[in-house]
Amino acid sequence: MPVQKRKKDLNIFGKLYIPEIVKGMALTLKSMFRPNVTLLYPEVRFDPPASYRGRPVLVQEPNGTGRCVACGLCARVCPALAIEVQAAETELEKERYPQKFEINMLRCIFCGFCEEVCPEEAIVMSKDYELVFANRNDAIYGKDKLLVPIDNLRARLEFLRKFK
Amino acid sequence: MNIWEIIIISLIKILIIVVMLLLTVAYSVYFERKISAWVQNRVGPNRVGWLGLLQPFADVFKLLFKEDIIPTAANKPLHTLAPFIALFVAFSTYAVIPLGPPVELFGYKINLVVADVNIGILYVLALTSLGVYGITFAGWSSGSKYSLLGGIRSSAQMISYEVSMGFSIAGVLLMSQSLSPVKIVEAQHGWMWNAILQPIGFITFVVSAFAETNRLPFDLPEAEPELVGGYHTEYSSFKFAGFFLAEYANMAIASALIVTLYLGGWQVPYIEKLGLSYTLTTIIQIASMFLKIGALLFFFIWVRWSIPRFRYDQLMSLGWKVMFPLALVNIIWVAALIMIFNL
Repeated sequence: MPVQKRKKDLNIFGKLYIPEIVKGMALTLKSMFRPNVTLLYPEVRFDPPASYRGRPVLVQEPNGTGRCVACGLCARVCPALAIEVQAAETELEKERYPQKFEINMLRCIFCGFCEEVCPEEAIVMSKDYELVFANRNDAIYGKDKLLVPIDNLRARLEFLRKFK
Repeated sequence: MNIWEIIIISLIKILIIVVMLLLTVAYSVYFERKISAWVQNRVGPNRVGWLGLLQPFADVFKLLFKEDIIPTAANKPLHTLAPFIALFVAFSTYAVIPLGPPVELFGYKINLVVADVNIGILYVLALTSLGVYGITFAGWSSGSKYSLLGGIRSSAQMISYEVSMGFSIAGVLLMSQSLSPVKIVEAQHGWMWNAILQPIGFITFVVSAFAETNRLPFDLPEAEPELVGGYHTEYSSFKFAGFFLAEYANMAIASALIVTLYLGGWQVPYIEKLGLSYTLTTIIQIASMFLKIGALLFFFIWVRWSIPRFRYDQLMSLGWKVMFPLALVNIIWVAALIMIFNL
């Protein structure tokens, strides 16, 4: 019985390696002249698409109030236990608002569950990816840092209505 | 010329060569990073100085300010000696490589080579063999298994490829009938470049040169995935910089050697027929030498970023079963050329 020839066995031309090496080097030479994909970061900044999950923020209506009703679902669903909500009554009947809303950005894993679970569309993921803090206390973001005007979040809200 | 003039001229030549070599090394590191970036559609170093041109100096200063660690398991004298052997070998090889035709400057006739010795090629071969000791000592004296494996691999690889390297050079020597690099360059006038007359020898020599300088695809001594850093795993600070410098200096020397032996050295074909002035011709010839070295350095870097590393057994079988027989075939080919055409 003749020895079966395997597909991966090279012929004498292939064993020389040289044609393949030349092919590979032609490829690298070609890619030397392709445009770069790198952004020169501090000067040029990446503008993420609407689907991007940056740091979670609270939506602030044009009149200055937040949408959040302090139901606590986001805190319940958060897998990293990063969110802490403390509810309080408003003057309106049966309405509540978060007296304290804190996200520990050292714990947050940017999963977006809080956004998914929110019944009021009050917490959404923003495009903000530059998170810097010098100590652990600064990493706990309170309402002052979390409330973002709704105009800055239109793209994300639209994305959520389309695909959520 | 009296003895003092000879000494002073030689010292100036040595100074120029060392400065040039250091600059070449610094900028081949820079271009290594730049070209790798271009191949991968990145930008590469661009922060230190204009277009990142001061990057190599920043790297060197960073290395010098780092802590110099000698492991407790190391053999201290040999551990310290090893990088200096590597550096010494890398820098002294350049002494016999001619950079241009003899020139007349300030009334002196100057050969553009530090030492025009009649056994130049033998000197180069002897020194590159010495280079193995630097790496083997570094591997053994570090007292680490990764270093030891890297050092042993390297010595086996360099000794194996030295054989085919030596046999490829034999073809060149047959052609020029001299061991002096100056004579070898002069023998390649016109289009009589050895690369054209003996292409097989050229290929075997270039492949062996890659193996001798431990460059990819033959950089098994420092194969990062399995050996961490190979023979220089346990080195830091200035001593690591020494090995780093030596690697790139070896690359520059390998390029210069390939140019001298196979690509006509400083010769530009038929330049004398253009009727240019003596000074201009000389300048063009010297520039062509640097251009050829630069092109080969680019080739070294280009290959590194294109071809994956060989497996160790593939490396050995390529060295002994392919390159060595090819180098022998080349000798017969050159001998036949000489017999038939009386070259």
